[in-house]
Amino acid sequence: MKPWLALLRPGDWLVLAGAALLVGLSIPLFWQGGLADRAIIRQEGKVFAEVDLRSKRQLEVAGPLGITLIAVEPGRARVVSDPGPRQYCVRQGWLMRPGEIAICAPNRVSLQIAGRTRIYDSISY
Amino acid sequence: MTRLTVTGEDRRVAWLATAAVGLSLVDAAIPTPLPGIKPGLANIVTLVVLLRYGWGTAVWVSILRVLAGSLLLGHFLAPGFFLSLTGTTLSLLTLGAARHLPQRWFGPVSLSIFAAFAHIGGQLLLARVWLIPHDGVFLLAPLFAAAALVFGTINGLIAAKLLAEPTEEPSCPKPSALP
Repeated sequence: MKPWLALLRPGDWLVLAGAALLVGLSIPLFWQGGLADRAIIRQEGKVFAEVDLRSKRQLEVAGPLGITLIAVEPGRARVVSDPGPRQYCVRQGWLMRPGEIAICAPNRVSLQIAGRTRIYDSISY
Repeated sequence: MTRLTVTGEDRRVAWLATAAVGLSLVDAAIPTPLPGIKPGLANIVTLVVLLRYGWGTAVWVSILRVLAGSLLLGHFLAPGFFLSLTGTTLSLLTLGAARHLPQRWFGPVSLSIFAAFAHIGGQLLLARVWLIPHDGVFLLAPLFAAAALVFGTINGLIAAKLLAEPTEEPSCPKPSALP
């Protein structure tokens, strides 16, 4: 290790530090919203539950058509079953990035992934 | 009839380009977790050439390496070729500017890191503009930047090691009999 370190000149350390800083800064810049850490489940627009994405559990949400089943696993969440006719929210599969949302409109249930910071998309507006 | 005269410089460029092409092939054979992340071993040759023979020779060696490498790997004029060409062009331009930094302070490792970031930056921009016209490509930017940092440092260290060894002309085998 020692002979290799001798090959680095003082400015090289500066460039290394600068490059590492650039890598660090690129993470919040390009991975907006940070890492997914919560799943927010809404029923009739009101928050039904906020589940930590480190846990593993299943939730049953009752809506006008019946029960929507939601599964939460470490780092991801999905709608397992829904009584709605078109099954759009079920077919979306696993959601894992902040801001992703599955809406089971007929049963008025939504499942959204949230990170540390709020991000906005066209649905928010 | 004109005769092509082959100078020592030509032989040197050809020889060094061959070494770079060989390393490109090794590069392509190394499995990577993500397309686009490669060690870029051929850049070691570019760095050594730049610091030993100057920028002009480095440009020749790099361009020949991209052309011959793509022919051997079978992606000449395919998207991968243009990505490679854009990355190489940008990193050569960056090297052209960065080599004027005071050598006492900034060694091959600095040059290598600058070149690696220019390489991946150029490729990302081309991918965004041409191949995947969607900001989604930038989701991979932090991973690419981290790879550029790691491989840029390693390649720079190897180049520094090679340059620290006593200078000798690359042993160009002289053709025994001219046709």
